[in-house]
Amino acid sequence: MLHIVNKSHTQTNSLQSCLRLAQAGAALLLIEDAIYAATSGGAASSGIAGAIAQLRVYALQPDVEARGMAGKLVDGVTTIDYAGFVDLVAEHPNNQSWL
Amino acid sequence: MAMKKFMFVNRKAPYGTIYALESLEVVLIAATFDQDVSLAFIDDGVYELVKGQETKGVGIKNHSKTYRALDGYDVEKLYVERESMAMRGLTEADLLVPVEVLSSAEMGSLMAEQDVVLSF
Repeated sequence: MLHIVNKSHTQTNSLQSCLRLAQAGAALLLIEDAIYAATSGGAASSGIAGAIAQLRVYALQPDVEARGMAGKLVDGVTTIDYAGFVDLVAEHPNNQSWL
Repeated sequence: MAMKKFMFVNRKAPYGTIYALESLEVVLIAATFDQDVSLAFIDDGVYELVKGQETKGVGIKNHSKTYRALDGYDVEKLYVERESMAMRGLTEADLLVPVEVLSSAEMGSLMAEQDVVLSF
């Protein structure tokens, strides 16, 4: 299953709830303001640092770059482009957007 | 048409946004097509099911009554995440319909086995 989060972890509880329900081995894609959760400054408090061992964590690179966070993501997070986003959706049987 | 498993994930309180009402509308449509429909209530979505909603004063239609009519459309799978309910000081006795209370892990597992997940 693919989980998609688009809100900052400091603004809403979407990421927190996603991490509570996501099963080990699931994919998590961070887009828009959710990418802050994967930065070295945010990963500990967001729970991403702890989740990397359980989930495959991706961040949308254009959103990372737009926010000045290029090169500031923690190890273990894979950056993808828009085509990669499409691939992720296509290769998983279902997905949940944590609006 | 083959039957698919549809889960509607409700995570918003009832009147602050249009999500709760929109979800109900789509649930009824899916039910009309004889699909396997379930509703999940997580986070503030739990507030959608609270008894005693009275909306006359705010001039918005009280759609909470629709949850009680869902079994007439063979929509009987309503799941509430225990942690979301507890975090809001609610128990099953506060809810207007019978639900199945699930742990986070059980809810996550149920979500993963759906053909289609619709997010509200």
